Amino acid sequence: MAIKSSLRNMVLVLTLVCLGASAAVAVIYSVTKDPIAAAATAKTNKAIEEVVPAFDNNPSEEVLNIAADLQKPDETNKVYVAKKGGEVVGYAVESTTKKGFGGPFTIMVGFTPDGTVYNTSVLSHSETPGLGAKITDKSSHFITQWNGKNLTDGSVNLSVKKDGGDIDAITASTISSRAFCDAMEIAANVFSNITSENK
Amino acid sequence: MSKFKYLIDGIVKNNPTFVLVLGMCPTLATTTSAVNGMGMGLATMAVLLCSNMVISLLAPVIPNKVRIPCYIVVIAAFVTVVQLVMQAYTPGLYETLGIFIPLIVVNCIVLGRAEAFANKHSVLESALDGLGIGIGFTLALTCIGLVREVLGNLSAFENKFSSSDGMLVFVLAPGAFLVLGYLMVLFNKLKDRKKKA
Repeated sequence: MAIKSSLRNMVLVLTLVCLGASAAVAVIYSVTKDPIAAAATAKTNKAIEEVVPAFDNNPSEEVLNIAADLQKPDETNKVYVAKKGGEVVGYAVESTTKKGFGGPFTIMVGFTPDGTVYNTSVLSHSETPGLGAKITDKSSHFITQWNGKNLTDGSVNLSVKKDGGDIDAITASTISSRAFCDAMEIAANVFSNITSENK
Repeated sequence: MSKFKYLIDGIVKNNPTFVLVLGMCPTLATTTSAVNGMGMGLATMAVLLCSNMVISLLAPVIPNKVRIPCYIVVIAAFVTVVQLVMQAYTPGLYETLGIFIPLIVVNCIVLGRAEAFANKHSVLESALDGLGIGIGFTLALTCIGLVREVLGNLSAFENKFSSSDGMLVFVLAPGAFLVLGYLMVLFNKLKDRKKKA
């Protein structure tokens, strides 16, 4: 049933199959390119909407790249500026911690201009389902306890109570909770660096 | 009617998870909830259906010695297509399944059906076989996912029916083995009883 396995046949068939396959992938890539970009922007916009007060500009177009540690100016974090009627109503800071239990995770932290946390949202994570993954539960005490805390005037000790800080950890997920505190601290540092430069 | 048999065989007699016991890696890893299991099953089904059809179509012109590389190229192309489409239209699910979507390329169900079935049968028969095996895989993954979600998270298809915590072990890796084992026993018991009757 199959044709003879001569060198010429093998090279010819493999080349044609590969050409056909790459052509098909290329077509699908060009078709899905825009929807993929749109989906990524939509996700960022949704996260920004959740973490800052109501705004009327397009924060994904007003992005600042701010370093958390001024000693390392190359490692910048994205900061989305939310404005209403030209007035800044909040900053959404993207912050990644490397201390997560299942690898790095990224959160979006919304600050009002005075440094108070408005809300937070988890962008991506690989924490254990049912344990560390509770960081995505928006109604849990662990997430809501951040709202209204001012992280820039030094009134909050940004570590879990087990380590002598002010933050209630998630039961059985101390590592994820510590990582979340780390991400919040990075976000707070980024925020203090914006206000000193661009306010 | 005889062609229809290929479809049913894939779901019952040759069920990839409970009878052939193929593709265990995605089965154990992605079934943390019913929706995840179903998503993984449907993605695999799409690849299986397309690759089975194309391979049965190409089989007569593929020299025997290079058939495996040819099959893998065809399968990899369809997996990339599925990956791009999921990324564009179901970004949430794509993120949850993560690395297991590209890994469909090396899922032994897909290559196994190409090698054992598609290259010896007509396009229509191969399509029915791909569809049957795909449905069997999807049903199995959805069942495992549903059981794990109900026991581990007290929710079904992401609708939580109790606010307390479930038996967490079922959402974690050991639970996957437990649920798979018990469902396999149950499936084969029911299958054998049907055969005797």
